[in-house]
Amino acid sequence: MDAAKRPNKLFRNLNSKIASIPMILTVLVVFVGGTTWTVVHSFTNSRLLPRLDFVGLDQYERLWSSSRWMISIQNLAIYGICSLILTLVIGFALAACLDRKIRGEAVFRTIFLYPFALSFVVTGLAWQWILNPDFGMQSVIRDFGWTSFAFDPLNNPDIVMYGILIAGIWQGSGFIMVVMLAGLRGIDEDIWKAARVDGIPTWKTYVVIIIPMMRPIFVTALVLIASGIIKLYDLVVAQTNGGPGLASEVPAKYVINYMFQAQNLGQGFAASTMMLVSVIIILIPWAYLEFGGKKNG
Amino acid sequence: MADAALQDGPRGPKPKKSFSRANIFLYGTLLLVSIYYLLPLYVMIVTSLKGMPEIRMGNVFGPPMEITFEPWVKAWSEACTGINCDGLQRGFWNSVNILIPSLILSISIASVNGYALANWRFKGSETFFTILIIGAFIPYQTMIYPIVIILREIGLMGSLGGLVLVHAVFGMPILTLLFRNYFTSLPEELFKAARVDGAGFWGIYFRIMLPMSLPIFVVAIILQVTGIWNDFLFGVIYTRPATYPMTVQLNNIVNSVQGVREYNVNMAATLLTGIVPLVIYFASGKLFVRGIAAGAVKG
Amino acid sequence: MTYSVQIKQLDLAFGAVKVLQNLDLDIHEGEFLVLLGSSGCGKSTLLNCIAGLLEVTDGQIFIKGRNVTWAEPSERGIGMVFQSYALYPQMTVRGNLSFGLKNARLPKAEIEKRVNRAADILQIQPLLDRKPGALSGGQRQRVAIGRALVRDVDVFLFDEPLSNLDAKLRVDLRVELKRLHNQLQNTMIYVTHDQIEAMTLADRIAVMKGGKIMQLGSPDEIYNRPRNLYVADFIGSPSMNFLEGRLEGGNFKVDDMVMPMVGYEFLTPQTMDHTAVIGIRPEHVVTGELVRNAPLQFDVDVDLVEPMGSDTLIYAKLGQHPFRIRMDGQARVKSGEVLAIGIDPSRASIFDKKTEDRL
Repeated sequence: MDAAKRPNKLFRNLNSKIASIPMILTVLVVFVGGTTWTVVHSFTNSRLLPRLDFVGLDQYERLWSSSRWMISIQNLAIYGICSLILTLVIGFALAACLDRKIRGEAVFRTIFLYPFALSFVVTGLAWQWILNPDFGMQSVIRDFGWTSFAFDPLNNPDIVMYGILIAGIWQGSGFIMVVMLAGLRGIDEDIWKAARVDGIPTWKTYVVIIIPMMRPIFVTALVLIASGIIKLYDLVVAQTNGGPGLASEVPAKYVINYMFQAQNLGQGFAASTMMLVSVIIILIPWAYLEFGGKKNG
Repeated sequence: MADAALQDGPRGPKPKKSFSRANIFLYGTLLLVSIYYLLPLYVMIVTSLKGMPEIRMGNVFGPPMEITFEPWVKAWSEACTGINCDGLQRGFWNSVNILIPSLILSISIASVNGYALANWRFKGSETFFTILIIGAFIPYQTMIYPIVIILREIGLMGSLGGLVLVHAVFGMPILTLLFRNYFTSLPEELFKAARVDGAGFWGIYFRIMLPMSLPIFVVAIILQVTGIWNDFLFGVIYTRPATYPMTVQLNNIVNSVQGVREYNVNMAATLLTGIVPLVIYFASGKLFVRGIAAGAVKG
Repeated sequence: MTYSVQIKQLDLAFGAVKVLQNLDLDIHEGEFLVLLGSSGCGKSTLLNCIAGLLEVTDGQIFIKGRNVTWAEPSERGIGMVFQSYALYPQMTVRGNLSFGLKNARLPKAEIEKRVNRAADILQIQPLLDRKPGALSGGQRQRVAIGRALVRDVDVFLFDEPLSNLDAKLRVDLRVELKRLHNQLQNTMIYVTHDQIEAMTLADRIAVMKGGKIMQLGSPDEIYNRPRNLYVADFIGSPSMNFLEGRLEGGNFKVDDMVMPMVGYEFLTPQTMDHTAVIGIRPEHVVTGELVRNAPLQFDVDVDLVEPMGSDTLIYAKLGQHPFRIRMDGQARVKSGEVLAIGIDPSRASIFDKKTEDRL
């Protein structure tokens, strides 16, 4: 190659471009292409097979007038709000406990985190067994003599989401604890020394100094939990399969059911587009806070 | 880096006396919480070692009076899904057959890609990377059906190969991020020195970068083994009953509506499915933590 | 005279940020050229452009008369030494030295010969089979120099090679580097922010700021005849005293003080009156017996005294203006005293207030 001439732009750094082909294909075909395809087809009346027979917002009207979808949304809201708050609180509390120079930190950490290694299916089935009304916790407590004790969430439509919540928090809170612990370890030890010199009590140091300093970690944890909540599917399938009746239906399950069982693709596409919209609604303020501010400042 | 920070000591104040009230409260809380976390594992184990009669009359938390391994044998080789009664072993081997090529494919693509993004940026590379990371937040549900069509077109729908491809695609954002951040954290001058020494794209990758990145590869492997092994959604959609991964088969066994429910077999099957990621978790310890922390805090 | 490296109208921009602007630089065969400047001045960027590690936006680079603007780093006939040593941690010292030669597909015997020669020159023979992790900082930097040496190249590039070493080792290696240059007589381009390194090593120094070369000249020229206010201020520690005033008919006037610029060599004859700045180095101020012979004599009020062992630094006031004086380490001056000082205008520098250029 003649070193005096600027080489052709396309062939500069060619190997790097070749190495990035899988990424480029994934981004263009699957992420951008696939998402666009689904959104476009959500405006059609596709049933067994996708067809470009546009019907405007019909699918969305049907979706929002479907009681099953409304239940799914309600359930996700209950699960989401509780899971968000409890996971954050438990995760931070455990991390703060573990960060207090205790003995056996590694043991406790191992115990809190191991459920995260397990799949939602395993989690769901394990808790399905523990919450089994005839043999599980309810029967054991009744056997102790409290015969009127009733805790049968998986068969009680009113509280079934809380039964799933117990399992979900069991699986995921250890992970948030680790994220929080990493955040706590990232805080300069001099901060603690300074707070002690100033005579600030420990709890107040956490509330006034440490938690505000960990804002980015909390935001990250929030985004992680939130993106997990919207995906909620396997756990429900394994633990209740949406039952009793439709009492524990969730949007992700609604989508799969309409796409692959009810053979009503258009409904599935519309529902999945709604999921996408809700993710965007969550992500945009976050992205604006995280990245938008820096550009202006 | 968050994972490096985890390896430092604790930062909080040290409790003063070992038997102070605060201390008892602290350890008491931790022990109580530990019970919540350990209970399911314990119940699964004891249930799987009991006979059905004992389960029917007994206490779910009580240790087995008579230990039997029959549920384990039955779960592995006899449990039924639909008309198939050859046990979970089929799902296990399916999962192994899915896992190994997925692991190799996803990690090789992502590591080379992360390296290209860290050291050989080209016009547009950052844009694609940004979309890739945003893509990690898109609900799978919006991409599932187009992928069905793509796989059908290339003749991989329902086969293990198709699922391998899906795992490579959806593992790409987090793995690429992991490798890109790692390679970016290596001193840039090392890369420059290698270029002055006449090494090219692949020469630097194989001779300089790879030998220095063993830890991050271990982290990536841990992340992918647990992720792929635990996958349920993609398994359900992109495979046929004959090629179902273990999680899907497990769910079908336990939640099958036919026949008498054998809780001991169910729990043995559940444990069998959980063993692979649990072994990985307990064996890798800090690296597991490091992996999820590094991947997550930056994501 | 032959040029080893020639840079013509070099531009480099990252997006809208112009890092190097229309930069010209000719480096002679066998010259030791130092690029000096504070961080962000573009000195390392320029070096990376010469090495081919950064793509230039515009302009051309010649090495030994060959246009290498778009050549790969390894094809340019350069060797490079980095601040962080950048040794490949998984390879032995021998592996580090031979990596580039293997990439160039040299015969084994030739590689062996060159590695041994470099090891001899740098006295790292006993370290050849060790890994970089087992070496001290000084040894590592020597291996890094060796890696450039084995390539048998025309031009050596050094990117702040001594900055990561502790002070004492830095001085030792500086001396060694100078000896190496005397021995090899290669062209060396050396980036640093340390003016002592620059003054001691360089045949010529290019002082850079904002992607431009502010002055190119021998250490003596840079120190004694700075071309502009920036160079005058940047070079020298403690830095120059600056007094603002007016240049009227060969006299420099500050407040009510008048300094006849006897013996000062103006670049161009000064016919007009100017608002100007005079710069006087603290070490060029004389005290005690010598004041009597000085062309200009003043009294200053001593404000603060900093004894530093070898010297004493005096913070004083000349009229209303802060004024630093460097005296002998044995000087016995107390704050509050009035000190008589002498200044030689021929050793001072005068700059135009507006253009900041030397007059």
